[in-house]
Amino acid sequence: MTRKQRRGFLIGAGVVVLSIAGILVGFALKDTIVFFYTPSDVLSKNIEPGKRLRLGGLVAEDSVKRGEGTLVEFAVTDTIHTISVRYNKLLPDLFREGQGVVAEGILDEKGVLVADTVLAKHDENYMPPEVASALKEKGVKLGKGAVHKSAP
Amino acid sequence: MIVEVGHFALVLGVVVALVQMIIPLWGAQIGNTRMMEVAKPAAIMQFLLLLIAFLALMYAYVVSDFSVLNVVQNSHSAKPLIYRIAGVWGNHEGSMLLWVLVLALFGAAVAVYGENLRPTLRANVLAVQASIVVAFGLFILLTSNPFIRMIPAALEGRGLNPILQDPALAFHPPFLYIGYVGFSMAFSFAVAALIDGRIDAVWARWVRPWTLAAWMFLTIGIAMGSWWAYYELGWGGWWFWDPVENASFMPWLAGTALLHCALVMEKREALKVWTILLAILTFSLSLMGAFLVRSGVLTSVHSFAVDPERGVVILGIMVLFIGGSLSLFAYRVSSLRQGGLFSPISREGSLVLNNVLLTTATATVLVGTLYPLVLETFTGLKISVGAPYFNLTFGPLMIPLLLAMPFGPLLAWKRGDIVGVGQRLIFACLVFVVVAAAAYAYYYRGPVMAPFGLALGAFVMAGAITEFAVRVKVGRASFEEVARRTWNQPRSAWGSALSHFGVGLMVVGIVATSAYQEEKILVLKPGEETKIAGYTVKFRGEAPRHGANYREQVGVLDVMRNGSQVIRLYPGKRSYTAPVQVTSEAGIYASWAGDLYTILGDRQKNGGFTFRMYYNPLVRFIWFGALVMFFGGAISLSDRRLRFGAPVRSRRRSAQVPAE
Repeated sequence: MTRKQRRGFLIGAGVVVLSIAGILVGFALKDTIVFFYTPSDVLSKNIEPGKRLRLGGLVAEDSVKRGEGTLVEFAVTDTIHTISVRYNKLLPDLFREGQGVVAEGILDEKGVLVADTVLAKHDENYMPPEVASALKEKGVKLGKGAVHKSAP
Repeated sequence: MIVEVGHFALVLGVVVALVQMIIPLWGAQIGNTRMMEVAKPAAIMQFLLLLIAFLALMYAYVVSDFSVLNVVQNSHSAKPLIYRIAGVWGNHEGSMLLWVLVLALFGAAVAVYGENLRPTLRANVLAVQASIVVAFGLFILLTSNPFIRMIPAALEGRGLNPILQDPALAFHPPFLYIGYVGFSMAFSFAVAALIDGRIDAVWARWVRPWTLAAWMFLTIGIAMGSWWAYYELGWGGWWFWDPVENASFMPWLAGTALLHCALVMEKREALKVWTILLAILTFSLSLMGAFLVRSGVLTSVHSFAVDPERGVVILGIMVLFIGGSLSLFAYRVSSLRQGGLFSPISREGSLVLNNVLLTTATATVLVGTLYPLVLETFTGLKISVGAPYFNLTFGPLMIPLLLAMPFGPLLAWKRGDIVGVGQRLIFACLVFVVVAAAAYAYYYRGPVMAPFGLALGAFVMAGAITEFAVRVKVGRASFEEVARRTWNQPRSAWGSALSHFGVGLMVVGIVATSAYQEEKILVLKPGEETKIAGYTVKFRGEAPRHGANYREQVGVLDVMRNGSQVIRLYPGKRSYTAPVQVTSEAGIYASWAGDLYTILGDRQKNGGFTFRMYYNPLVRFIWFGALVMFFGGAISLSDRRLRFGAPVRSRRRSAQVPAE
């Protein structure tokens, strides 16, 4: 095998694998990504039911209702609009009314988010950056240090 | 006082690094030996100074010196000693200090063990390594100094985040840093070779052990992090494709590729340009990881306290080093002479395939990690890229890699015989078929691809055994001959077979856990029981518990199998006092067959509690596989032929035994 042929082989192998990967990445980025919305976004952008999304905001005060077993209903608010969330798993340790939260799931016909994941992250002052910046845009005042967080 | 000594030592260490960056490089250019000789004592001195700085900070933590701002922010006097020590690197400033200490450690190691290294190369390597220390040293001194005093002193510290107070996590950052900062050595060697304009097999022989050492520690560091996330976060998963996890995983993937192509470089002097490029890229990914973790541009469950100013500085350092080294690469690359020829079906060919697949996989992880950032910058849309993306892109690339893995080591250099290798792998193929059939029969309701995945893992393990068996001529020579050959095998042969075996174990664990995990979420009142994966779990009631700095409420669970008690588990919720925080503690019954994993939820109105239970089959294989890979690397590193300082003699030896 000459030097030229070897170079051809190397480049060929690289191109084939890269293009397969490129196609996979293209498909994956189309189908698997999940958009992040605030309650106001959900209402103003007319998100269709059945679509998977991440909803971020604060857990509305006095909205947490515990049903049979592990079923929980609560509302997520950006202080302007509110979306109800239904969740049938264990809530995270730091889930509290008035705290920042991110719920991921599917919007049903009635506009209720049926969540399969609820994240309320590690420390008391923590607010997911998406929530903090989304709330800031809506003009909600945040306490000092609200966007800060520490862990390696 | 001791804190000031540490501060001073840090400044002095950076100054020494500055000298080490300039003088030896200059000396190498003008051929002045005495100037080049400065590098060695400077590297050792620099390491000692940074070690003093690091120990001084550790001292401040151990004695809880609350006149130091960094200690106040991250420690608390009620914390157990090991977490006060771990607190040193549990924050941004301290971990940066650890980062430069590891840089200096590798530099000093080259200075000490590099006696046989060509003088100009050694001077250049140490100068480049010192330049990285200078950049990060200045970064620490100017933006994130851990030695700043606080006047008046505080009475008490704010404490370390409780979920970080855990033995596995306490010691995971040092391993991780030795790993991905260790790749700086490969980078320094690559840049030095470009400055030098010379690169040969001896160069690769030098780069490989350093890369291997870094790779081993990165492997074990990532595995520890994953193990911690598994039992501490209480989500039942062991890998979340979180940006911070990806930040350490990308250098690992690239480093694994580098390890394999350095082999080709060393044995056959081929792929020179690629090896240099990969060495640069691997450390670039480490730098990018540091930027991603510390700048706050990405959302993650475990990122450091965020300060945009620091992010910009790290970005600057990153652009300087990556841009500089790639420019140098572009400028000098044509001067590198091309090496040996080989056919596509050969050991070299298989290692090229390994590299193409691993680097492409790295690229897909990179795209998935950065895409949200890019999209938000340009369109303002916020998205998250999660496990489904990575399963769809990363997964398919691993299948050909694993399928080819047993073939590679059996192929001859230059021109291999694929049919002959296929015949030798009949045993492994048989294992593949049997495992696939058995898994399908046992878990007939599971995902269709899972038996294939399990079989693939078993195939890789059988391939690793075959690799070794062929080397020692099992079945082709007398028993004495086989025993003699086994005894005489170079340690690197043991190492590669063992590491490949570890990969197989890990694949089996990953597939089994992902495909056959059982999950149950339910409410139990005291006295009630439930069944999961053949176990009967009975809730006895709740109980309080106390620790040094927390109170805990535990649910007492009796786990029974076939009527007899197996274990009593205590999943709980801990309330820490400093800082105030609640964490879940999983109750885990660990066994090789699988883990029974229980989490206590909230109290219900009727007196019951919610519980989440998982059964994770073969999950231990994931971390055990990583451990096996680590030991494979360690054995290989202890090989005489790889031992630092014997390059010339070893080269002659390997030339006589071309089949290795």
